[in-house]
Amino acid sequence: MTEHVVQVDIFWADVAVVGAGPAGLAAAVAAAEAGASVAVVDSAAQPGGQYWRHRPETVIPDPDGRGHHDWDVYLDLRSRFDAARTRGAITYLPGRSVWMAQKHDDGFTLRTTPTLASPTPVATPTLASPTPVAVRGRRLVLCTGGYDRQLPVPGWDLPGVMAAGGIQAFIKANGSLPGRRFVIAGTGPFLLPVAAGIAEAGGTVVAVLEASAPSAWLPHLRAAVGVPEKALEGAGYAATFARHRIPYRTRSVVTEVLGENRAHAVRTARVDSAGRVRPGSERVYDDVDVVGFGWGFTPQLELPVSLGVATRIDADGSLVGVVDSRQESSVPGLFLAGEVTGVGGAALAVLEGLAAGGAAADGTGAPPSSAILPPKAAARAERHRRFARAMHQAHPVPAAWSEWLTPETTVCRCEEVTAGEITAARSELGAADSRSLKSFTRAGMGWCQGRVCGFAASCLAAGNSHPSEPSLAASAKRPLAAPVSIGELAALNDADY
Amino acid sequence: MSISFTFNGRPLEASAGQSVGAALTSNGFTAWRSTRKGGRPRGLFCGIGVCFDCLVTVDGDANQRACLAEVRDGMVVDGVEPLEGDRT
Repeated sequence: MTEHVVQVDIFWADVAVVGAGPAGLAAAVAAAEAGASVAVVDSAAQPGGQYWRHRPETVIPDPDGRGHHDWDVYLDLRSRFDAARTRGAITYLPGRSVWMAQKHDDGFTLRTTPTLASPTPVATPTLASPTPVAVRGRRLVLCTGGYDRQLPVPGWDLPGVMAAGGIQAFIKANGSLPGRRFVIAGTGPFLLPVAAGIAEAGGTVVAVLEASAPSAWLPHLRAAVGVPEKALEGAGYAATFARHRIPYRTRSVVTEVLGENRAHAVRTARVDSAGRVRPGSERVYDDVDVVGFGWGFTPQLELPVSLGVATRIDADGSLVGVVDSRQESSVPGLFLAGEVTGVGGAALAVLEGLAAGGAAADGTGAPPSSAILPPKAAARAERHRRFARAMHQAHPVPAAWSEWLTPETTVCRCEEVTAGEITAARSELGAADSRSLKSFTRAGMGWCQGRVCGFAASCLAAGNSHPSEPSLAASAKRPLAAPVSIGELAALNDADY
Repeated sequence: MSISFTFNGRPLEASAGQSVGAALTSNGFTAWRSTRKGGRPRGLFCGIGVCFDCLVTVDGDANQRACLAEVRDGMVVDGVEPLEGDRT
């Protein structure tokens, strides 16, 4: 038997940043420009996060940003990021996932593992290390973003059903489409760029089904006009929809995905404001090979939760971290930026990242800097937050969504736990939150650790569409934030830090 | 640029820079994993590395996310194919 002797390298920095999307790039750049030494850990092979995901730079070294919003903002952040790397202020660790974060008296340790067994070569040289790399930062900025929130529906576990954001990511990363004929369903303005992106890449969008209604925005118009660029963006999508003749149906949902071993069709229905199906309104769209679902976003919260930050429920029902105006959480020295503080889009994430990075650099030995955003930027961030609140209120998770389920509907895709098993655990065993549900049914115990079904399972356990903070926090509690090999765990015994 | 890889021994083509998931999808495969309990077919779902539905064996390394791994020339990809007739 070969004995595994694993050398654990620790990389020390003033500020450690997790994530290289809009918030993470901004935080890294701000901290580095304030004079701090910065380490950036990102699970992807190249910077950009989900929002600015682009084709591999090994193949397309100079992406033109087609299909992207605010590409100029990305290019600006990226050139500052690259410049800081060149002068040694930023150390970039791509293709690595943080599987555990720990707090010490004088900072934080991040333990990382390769995202893939044989990582993709990256366009720019990086710290090449086959061994586990731990990063130690005096301050920590978590910018872990989020992913599509899902509500189960009969047939959503068939191949061909994807997250709406997953379809967009596929197009951005590959420059091709995952199918031919698409139905996009759920709620929120995000469905629009997904459908527009499909049409512009040459796919057919059979229909976009929005559960809410435009009138839901009426009480929030003041917040909407505060961010005029969103209206412009919306007008752009309207033009794309008209050009490609994409049907946009409001107060409509997919009630079932049809198919034997893959999606072939969808059954849809008109719904009332609570999401209850209007009798007689059902229709079937045939010849559909990809169905995209998006019900808003779930912030990726396991690292903040594991470090003990105070959390709250945001306007969209998501669990988010509480921060002050400097983006500092309830844990001193731990900053949060982007979707983890509330889903608000990339423009807000950049502003929060700049604030967090600047504040995190302050007092790490770096010269004092303008840690807090200038008044105009702060006001802009506030307008974006108001817009996000309005958006969340206009596009709620339908209160009666669970009525679309049958007892056989899979809720936990990993452990294949059905809605019937969950309702039984609730009514017969008294499982009223995600944690007891997990121990009774294994829902949330599989590969994804409840990331996909956590919100829905919490709704079903609570018997409503507003899961409690403790239930969502229990679901976000993941002792291992990423899968890690036994060898890497064993190596911990020798690591004395 | 076109590159070659195999899926369950079958030689296939892909574009350089595609993910393994995209390479399989563009070759007409939508599922390459079978669930433990129900034996149900699975392929891409979240598309960004969160759901682990698209796990596949890449060059002998099991449980790799097809949505994240980049296909490379000569790559050997293995998975569980659904029955004939279930493909697009």
